Amino acid sequence: MESWKENRNVFWTFAAPGTFWLLAFFIIPLGFLFFMSFGEKAVIDGQVSITEIDISGTLSNYLRAFDPVFLKIIWKSIWVSALATALCLATAYPIAFGICFAPPKWKPLLLLLVILPFWINLLIRTYALIAVFRKQGYVNSVLGWVGLGPFDMLNNDFAVITGLVYVYMPFMVLPLYATIERLDRSFLEASLDLGASQFQTFMKVTVPLTMPGIISGIILVFIPCLGSFLTPDLLGGTDSQMIGNVIERQFKSANDWPFGAALSFLLMYATFGALALRWLFSRNSKGVDV
Amino acid sequence: MTEPIVSIRNVSKKFSGGVIAVDNISFDIDQNEFFALLGPSGCGKTTLLRMISGLETPTSGQIMIGGEDMALTPPNKRPTNMVFQSYAVFPHMTVEQNVAYGLKVTGVAPDEIKRLVAEGLEMVKLTHLAERRPDQMSGGQRQRVALARALVKRPKVLLLDEPLSALDAKLRDDMRMELTRLQETVGITFIIVTHDQDEALSMASRIAVMEKGAVQQIATPVELYEHPKNRFVADFIGKVNLIDATVTGQKGKAITCDAKGLGKVELTSASQVGSAIAIAVRPEKLKIGKTEPKSDRILKLQGKVRDVAYYGDTSHVVIEGKDGLDLSVNVQNESREGGSGVERGQKVWVHWAPEDSIVLTE
Repeated sequence: MESWKENRNVFWTFAAPGTFWLLAFFIIPLGFLFFMSFGEKAVIDGQVSITEIDISGTLSNYLRAFDPVFLKIIWKSIWVSALATALCLATAYPIAFGICFAPPKWKPLLLLLVILPFWINLLIRTYALIAVFRKQGYVNSVLGWVGLGPFDMLNNDFAVITGLVYVYMPFMVLPLYATIERLDRSFLEASLDLGASQFQTFMKVTVPLTMPGIISGIILVFIPCLGSFLTPDLLGGTDSQMIGNVIERQFKSANDWPFGAALSFLLMYATFGALALRWLFSRNSKGVDV
Repeated sequence: MTEPIVSIRNVSKKFSGGVIAVDNISFDIDQNEFFALLGPSGCGKTTLLRMISGLETPTSGQIMIGGEDMALTPPNKRPTNMVFQSYAVFPHMTVEQNVAYGLKVTGVAPDEIKRLVAEGLEMVKLTHLAERRPDQMSGGQRQRVALARALVKRPKVLLLDEPLSALDAKLRDDMRMELTRLQETVGITFIIVTHDQDEALSMASRIAVMEKGAVQQIATPVELYEHPKNRFVADFIGKVNLIDATVTGQKGKAITCDAKGLGKVELTSASQVGSAIAIAVRPEKLKIGKTEPKSDRILKLQGKVRDVAYYGDTSHVVIEGKDGLDLSVNVQNESREGGSGVERGQKVWVHWAPEDSIVLTE
């Protein structure tokens, strides 16, 4: 038997299952979609086929995506996702900070509370949000006691953004927690000792040194927000649909796979752009890396 | 007499786990002193330093700096600056930005900052590295940054937490001299925390020896070494031979006592008859002879050489006496040939003058 010390190729054996998985369930299907995005519905015997697709190399799908109707939806998806991400960051930073500075015996419990929503299906959680926000929901009944409302809190952008913040919060808290936890406290003490106020210390030392965590969190929240379709579908109104809903519709009710594929790829390119931005930031940052 | 710059009054610190880190300490530090807090790890010296800086709050007691009670003053408002053990030089700023940080956040005018930073960098000889980032620097250079960053603030008191412990031996010697020089030029009170007695002895003008949260003795280095107050101080500062003895007679200031391995000896002390004392004597005060010394006045004993350790400039000889008494003797290796002049297993006489004996009653 050959020793792994002499024949390093044996390590490829370990890589095989992962490689197979990625190939069979990611690269190949993605390749299909890529080709499909340059195709159109086949015409058989003068009739547009329901199932057959002709890969003709056309760019019409991509051109169609730049139709003002879709551009508007893409633009809306971006600002809704950006706002949701910003709210996530604003809420998650204090939470992550609080967990890091909590007594050690409380930390596991607090982290568990952050992860706990993952144990429940997303669909059920979203329906639960409907119960909270609807006209006769919990929020409105509480507001009713003090003589306010009822307000329309469902089927609008507010509901979508709230839903997205709620769903993706843990993805922001966890990378932030990881960086803040590893941040040497003596940096903060040194800043205070040198005469900086708590606020100055936060802005000039804590935030720059935890920037890699902030950027990871932003990426982890912004990308899935951009592609989300369940939350805007259930919580949003007719005008709050996002690009994810449009894509979903192409593959299902509209039965236009080539156009759905083109939109998917455009969304993916936007994501690559965001990742490139992260790379640019992290190259210049000297903080704690994640 | 001038007012003390730092005054510590009945300060205690109890941590949440019930650990008493600092136990009712009181002492004053004078203007312009190079003061050392010396003790083994866990003796509360760092906690005390952090309480002076304001990063830790005393459970009880009062800390005055420049005559003002600091109880309600947060660390960023205190006239103290600290050089951290890990240096805590900000990794996302250049050397220049690090040094300027403390001035910038307190709103010093830009021209003034520029001048002070240049001066500070000059002081620690880092002018040529102003644009560097800390991750491109050695530990010694980072420490200079931390030092400059604290000194440009012109604090009344500079606090240094184990400043030399992370440096290698050669660099440590240089930095030790550098710190002494800086303290003399800037004229700021330095308080240094260290567990290294050599560091404290060679740099400090006064030393507080701490153990288990309490101050054992505060004195000048010479005083601490030659007149330690108790066994802990004698043992912690330098090497010492401790010989247990019982006082058997007293006449005025002279006592006779029965010492382990020595028999009946006469010494000068004010101890009570019957009390247990320890005779402490430093290894370099002992002499080794091949024949019995003639004088009756001196303390002497015969023993066998058990071990000789050669250190170049000196040799450390261990002599085994009667009743299980072991004595360490430092011998200067004065000539190139022959070393310490004794060999393992040899029978020798050890003797010393009675005035070199320190009588310890606690």
